[in-house]
Amino acid sequence: MEFLDNTRAWLAYLWAPVSTWLLRPDGAGHKFLLMAVAIILFVVVMGLILLMVDRGRRLPTWVVTLAFVGPAVAFLGFGLVYPAVRTIYASFFNRNGQEFIGLDNYVRAFTQSEFQIVLRNTALWVILVPLVATLIGLVYAVVVDRTRFERVAKTLVFLPMSISMVGAGIIWRFMYEFRQEGATQTGLLNQVLVWLGLQPKQFLMDTPENTFFLIAVMVWIQAGFAMTILAAAIRAIPDDIVEAARLDGLTGIRMFRYITVPSIRPALVVVLTTIAMATLKVFDIVRTMTAGNYQTSVVANEFYTQSFRARDAGFGASLAVILFILVIPIVIYNVRQMRLAEEIR
Amino acid sequence: MRTTRNRGLTAVAAGGFALALTLAACTPPPEDSPAGPGDDGDRDLAEGCEAFEQYGDLSGTSVSVYTSITAPEDQPHIDSYTEFERCTGADIVYDGSREFEAQLPVRVQAGNPPDIAYIPQPGLLQTIVRDFPDAVVPVGDLAESNVDEYYDPSWKEYGTVDGTYYATPLGANVKSFVWYSPDAFADAGYEIPETWDELLALSDQIVDDGGTPWCVGIESGDATGWPATDWLEDVMLRTAGPEVYDQWVDHEIPFNDPAVAEALAAVGEILKNEDYVNAGFGDVRSIASTPFTDAGFPILDGECWMHRQASFYAANWESADPDVQVGENGDVFAFYLPGATTDESPLLGGGEFVAAFDERPEVQAFQAFLTSPEWVNAKIPEHPDGGWVSANRGQDMELYASPIDRLSAELLADDDAVFRFDASDLMPGEVGSNSFWTEMVNWIANDKPDQDVLDDIEASWP
Amino acid sequence: MTTTPPPPQGFATQTTGEAPGGAPPGRKDARGRFRRRTADAKARLSSPWASGIAIVIAILWTIPTLGLFITSFRPSGDIRADGWWNVLRTPRFTLDNYRDALAGSTNMTEYFVNSIAITLPAVVIPISIALLAAYAFAWIEFPGRNTLFVAVFALQIVPIQITMIPLLSQYNTWGLAGSFWAVWLSHSIFALPLAIFLLHNFMKDIPPSLIEAARVDGAGHVKIFFKVLLPLLVPAIAAFAIFQFLWVWNDLLVALVFAGGPDVRPLTVFIAELAGTRGQTWHLLSAGAFISMVIPVIVFLSLQRYFVRGLLAGSVKG
Repeated sequence: MEFLDNTRAWLAYLWAPVSTWLLRPDGAGHKFLLMAVAIILFVVVMGLILLMVDRGRRLPTWVVTLAFVGPAVAFLGFGLVYPAVRTIYASFFNRNGQEFIGLDNYVRAFTQSEFQIVLRNTALWVILVPLVATLIGLVYAVVVDRTRFERVAKTLVFLPMSISMVGAGIIWRFMYEFRQEGATQTGLLNQVLVWLGLQPKQFLMDTPENTFFLIAVMVWIQAGFAMTILAAAIRAIPDDIVEAARLDGLTGIRMFRYITVPSIRPALVVVLTTIAMATLKVFDIVRTMTAGNYQTSVVANEFYTQSFRARDAGFGASLAVILFILVIPIVIYNVRQMRLAEEIR
Repeated sequence: MRTTRNRGLTAVAAGGFALALTLAACTPPPEDSPAGPGDDGDRDLAEGCEAFEQYGDLSGTSVSVYTSITAPEDQPHIDSYTEFERCTGADIVYDGSREFEAQLPVRVQAGNPPDIAYIPQPGLLQTIVRDFPDAVVPVGDLAESNVDEYYDPSWKEYGTVDGTYYATPLGANVKSFVWYSPDAFADAGYEIPETWDELLALSDQIVDDGGTPWCVGIESGDATGWPATDWLEDVMLRTAGPEVYDQWVDHEIPFNDPAVAEALAAVGEILKNEDYVNAGFGDVRSIASTPFTDAGFPILDGECWMHRQASFYAANWESADPDVQVGENGDVFAFYLPGATTDESPLLGGGEFVAAFDERPEVQAFQAFLTSPEWVNAKIPEHPDGGWVSANRGQDMELYASPIDRLSAELLADDDAVFRFDASDLMPGEVGSNSFWTEMVNWIANDKPDQDVLDDIEASWP
Repeated sequence: MTTTPPPPQGFATQTTGEAPGGAPPGRKDARGRFRRRTADAKARLSSPWASGIAIVIAILWTIPTLGLFITSFRPSGDIRADGWWNVLRTPRFTLDNYRDALAGSTNMTEYFVNSIAITLPAVVIPISIALLAAYAFAWIEFPGRNTLFVAVFALQIVPIQITMIPLLSQYNTWGLAGSFWAVWLSHSIFALPLAIFLLHNFMKDIPPSLIEAARVDGAGHVKIFFKVLLPLLVPAIAAFAIFQFLWVWNDLLVALVFAGGPDVRPLTVFIAELAGTRGQTWHLLSAGAFISMVIPVIVFLSLQRYFVRGLLAGSVKG
């Protein structure tokens, strides 16, 4: 027994400096080294798994599948599925999770006077942002495709993606800021109104159009994403199709409508879906610009407010579950598209 | 071939390792001998460290501090600990975050709390203590005796939850101030009002003279609305009195009680009066879109006459104009928001509280240090431009560089002043940092009727 | 006994037929086509409508950023006094905002180092895991494949906030709380659903005939994955890497929750704190926002070239 105890003590003694080195990096060099260690460690582990799969002759399919899908499923199960299940469970409990209250949180959500507006806003966001951002990204990708200024032009529209939400919040403050009539305007949009001889406007306070001004910020950010992916897809359109269409006399808008769009349909679905998902979750814009006041709140913002400001964990959880439910139509749409694609293949 | 040799090598290496391990395992590993507290008793106290002797030798220890105070205000805090660190040897690791209120409960629930947290709202302290029993460590003897000695009993009350004392006071601020320009008042021949009626009379006079008396802003990012709650609280103290105020905070009277409605109506006489507001910014609705940080600035341009905001607003003037002088004869100064009569001087204020999440001696020592006059007197000079006040009665008032801070500290130390803590900070989070804020915004931005506002806040009380 | 068996014939011709750099077959006349299409495009853009649209969008998208850029060089008093477009009327510029932002309480280079140390593994790890999973979902037949894929896809909606407490307590048990490991793990987890979804879609665009051919030649899944698919996917990987890089670089929430003290915190946290406790120094934010934009823009510009070239190489469909 003493032997075992000593062994354990020795291992702990030897491990201590290693774990300090791994967990408490000190200085830039050490941090970069640790970063390299992490990447190498990860690559080695993954490599070993694949090597084993490759070496093993005639392994059953499930072993191969497990090797490929296993790591992802393990990460997701631990990091997303388990918390999601916990949240669903918590949504049936009161604010500190100590008392079972059935569906009361959901009843409360749907009977709140403002929740209809929150749902309406969320619907507006999730429909408008993907459509407008994708449309603008697509049109832009088509018109700048293979022009002399392509790189610069793409960078300009991509720029908003490289700005953090904090940065975007400040930028749009400079756009929407309001000063009373007659005073020097510091917001560009109000200055434009004044130049046109109109009254300055409280862009973020006047309902219901203020929701659209918030949506514009998200469109501004996401158009770069749509543009990048769609530009790539347009380049991948086989030339013979384009040639044939041209021989048939298709040009301009009709070429766009009948050739470009159908050819990049899968990429369009991907872009629309991704932006829709991101939009459902986004709350930073609403939170920093109006804090959900003036009837601009969306479900994700309500979820954040209830969970972290009002500290009502149960109610917050029920709002998160409502978010899960809202995504079902998008999932169904994608499953349909997948089926269609399978059939074509 | 190569593989075989490799195997041989591996075997040799593995055997060697096993042998080494076997040999090693016969003897225990060498003991680490860290310099534990008190094991070098003959250590000489460093120069000027007499006041720190009571905390003992804390060399090699560290205390993590998590707060809502971020750059640039964090630096005075960090600098005020240097003596403690030098004399005791403990290392204070300061970490400020604007997301403090959201993150602290997350960290506590996940079992990863800091050693010390500065909690700006007693309501949050209550929530944490009640939702996560045993997370917060009750205040140690040394710190508690300091608080008993140096603080008004009401300050101990704010840190007490269900009869146990959990958090010691840190900083304080006084909210019942109206900022104005002494020069402009002198030029126009205006007197500083001493009663509520005089305040309204002055406002009317300014209107008659062609000015707009008040400038107000309640925009504050995701906390938009809180400056309006301060207005209601300040007026509530004046129209209903401190006893009713306490009942209101404890929900012994409902939020839509007639007493609250009366106070809200009185606030409305100023904030919703198109003649009175919103100098330099626009109409009543512009109150909701004006950042509270900028709201007082039209005073500097002579566009606005009065701006009600807490003592800490002193630090804000600098960002409008670096040369602004704050003082009785300077560009801006503040007068006390008058009571109903000159005999009544209720005071609304706020502050932060220090809660400990660990019983280690260095944590207890640091918490005690923060309650001592030594710390307060080290902290005050770190603010040459003002903006920080303590309610500690052992402090040296002469140290305050800013007249407003000194005035605040004197008001806080005044036994005759009726001090009340910011109600929204005491109320449960559902109200105090949610519906109270948003409904006040609705009241101003959408002209929501008084009674509907109060009814909706009452409905949200948990 | 140690040499690898020679690759099956068909497979070998497929791979050796490629141009160096892993481009797929069909590349050879892509270049000729490219030249022809460039000429077409020039003709197309002579349409005034197209140029008009491009210019309008480019201007609309740039103005807000330009405003921020100009603002970041103006004194704080001027920022409040009038709009940035009046800068030529009152041409006062200052570097004070940058100086103050950089001279914050802590050394900014440390935050830069942290951001880089967080970002690289948080890009490499999820992409590798997602590539493997996406391959299985696209090309390995196994029971419940579609259901599992839809489930993974739907997980995109899980808000990061609900995972904070369970993950943090787990990291705490493992002793990882507050370290880089916790941040890397978290970012990897949150990136996976979208990464798998996107890469799966790209993978399915690859002609099945290529995989079939390799399979017939006796290549296993690992070989197909590395030798056939990976080279074709370079553009898709580059595309996703850019976005994952941006998301991680600009992330505030994960950093706030999982990155312990100042030793681990990235740039975004530092910049968010620049506003001051009571928001009175938010003019510094404009400078801070630009400082943190530098690296993402450089990454985009340098990857863009590679990215466009890669995509051309991938145009083998049909």
